[in-house]
Amino acid sequence: MSYYGLVDGSDASLKGFLKTLSGVDQVGADARAAMLATRSIKTTSKRWAIDTAISMVDLTTLEGADTPGKVQALCTKAVRPDPSDSTVPSVGAVCVYNDMVGIARQHLDLIGGGHVGVAAVSTAFPSGRASIEVKIQDTKDALDAGASEIDMVIDRGAFLSGKYIDVFNEIVLIRELCGKRAHLKVIFETGELVTYDNVRKASFLAMVAGADFIKTSTGKVAPAATPPVVLVMLEAVRDFYAMTQVRIGVKPAGGIRNTKDAIKQLVLVNETAGPEWLTPSLFRIGASALLNDLLMQRMKMDDGYYASPAYVTID
Amino acid sequence: MSNRIDVKKTYKLFINGAFPRTESGRTYEIKSAKGVFIANPCQASRKDLKDAVVAARAAQPGWNKASAYNKGQILYRLAEMLEGRRAQFVDEITSVTGVTKIKAEKEVTESVDRLVWYAGWTDKLSSLSGALNPVAGPYYNFTIPESMGVIAAIAPETPSLLGLIDSIAPIIVGGNTVIVLASTKAPLSAMSFAEVIATSDVPAGVINILTGKKDEIAPWMASHMDIDGLDISGLAPKTHGEVRVAGAENLKRIYSFKSADPGRILAFLENKTVWHPIGL
Repeated sequence: MSYYGLVDGSDASLKGFLKTLSGVDQVGADARAAMLATRSIKTTSKRWAIDTAISMVDLTTLEGADTPGKVQALCTKAVRPDPSDSTVPSVGAVCVYNDMVGIARQHLDLIGGGHVGVAAVSTAFPSGRASIEVKIQDTKDALDAGASEIDMVIDRGAFLSGKYIDVFNEIVLIRELCGKRAHLKVIFETGELVTYDNVRKASFLAMVAGADFIKTSTGKVAPAATPPVVLVMLEAVRDFYAMTQVRIGVKPAGGIRNTKDAIKQLVLVNETAGPEWLTPSLFRIGASALLNDLLMQRMKMDDGYYASPAYVTID
Repeated sequence: MSNRIDVKKTYKLFINGAFPRTESGRTYEIKSAKGVFIANPCQASRKDLKDAVVAARAAQPGWNKASAYNKGQILYRLAEMLEGRRAQFVDEITSVTGVTKIKAEKEVTESVDRLVWYAGWTDKLSSLSGALNPVAGPYYNFTIPESMGVIAAIAPETPSLLGLIDSIAPIIVGGNTVIVLASTKAPLSAMSFAEVIATSDVPAGVINILTGKKDEIAPWMASHMDIDGLDISGLAPKTHGEVRVAGAENLKRIYSFKSADPGRILAFLENKTVWHPIGL
């Protein structure tokens, strides 16, 4: 592994590289995110934004109470979000626990959803507290079952106590396992990283280690994907592109529940990383309730009156 | 009076237990009967209505589940709070409509009494309008009234306070939540009544109050798919037809009432019939 020529894989070089990163102006980041959130997106732009957002959704169910039936229903919805309207695009992927990956893949293929990916959460999601052997097996299981995307969590405890090399090595290991079979998304759980400086540091650490995507949160901890955190991560991928000419994706997850929030995220992407990132291969939104709101807003734009949740599926 | 500068009240909307300004930023002028400027209340937009519906929908299951006894207590509490602020309401009614103080006092008294009257209905509804039906089989068969969901109402222009209470109370008695559009010309008492609601244990979102133009908001209320019923008592009869057509699209129950009676409560309730096997 070359790690983009930025580090050589040793503790010293990683620490040296992370030290070169500039700090984040917290007040500035909050203010900029708040300012961008005031943009008003209407009519045809809104229509485009809704369809783009739908195609970027990673439709997620990560509950202890998940059943094969629920996952299959979710897959059906992922392929045809609105059964009464074939112009609605499919979502980006479904995101499930690793024992549901096989069921999801099989059902998607069965109903003509080959283009919809299956993302598996991995490495002892959501806490990341398990031995490396368990994490490797966890990932292998998901890959063997047909996962096309692996959403791994980092060991926040190690990161916060400064053992960056441990976090780095874990990502490198999972990256190697994924190989060409699956995209790797690295989850930081930004709600536990405390500062924006840490978010920026974690972003670069993950990108150098080989992540295809960096993802804010598990959805199990609040706050999750707040606009300033997403802004900091988008600035990180933008800066990383300037260094390496490689585009890394960003996936906010958790707390994005309505169309307004989703459109705010798209504005952040466009204004920070740039329009090149406005594609499902570089930007995803991890959500479950969001899709229904997007569909209802879409219906409203078509019909001219507000829709009711009674007209979209419950899950 | 001294040289003190007046502290004027900003009249805002009441949505989900909070007092937001209209999202549209629009206001309109209201004047006293003599033509003197009084205030700039909010002119609610379609998005304000949408926000109110989202709040009312979210609050509905909780309000529906509250016991009849609890609902009655909360409605009675509204009457208590209104009673304590009589003077303010009398002032607002006289300043906008120009009626005499005695007449305004009478309206406030009637409003308090009306709330108490509605409060009494909460625990009597199911026994009076429900039934035990005789059926030819080994079943208990009974019918009970159930709430419809989210109901919108358009309050009459006058009387501005009593009319508002007649638009709100009968709807929430049976477990519905409500979005009410207050009197356009005399919205002050409605917005002050929102302050009464905010201080009387009514859960956020159960009652939402908008101010603005009726002709603008009524069709939005009628066409909104997530509003289950509409009380158009406060709408000019010539526009009823248009609103009923818009509401027919989504099978909305639309009624207009002339007086306060139990039928007004039952109009926005649905009957649920249960077959319960016996002798097994």
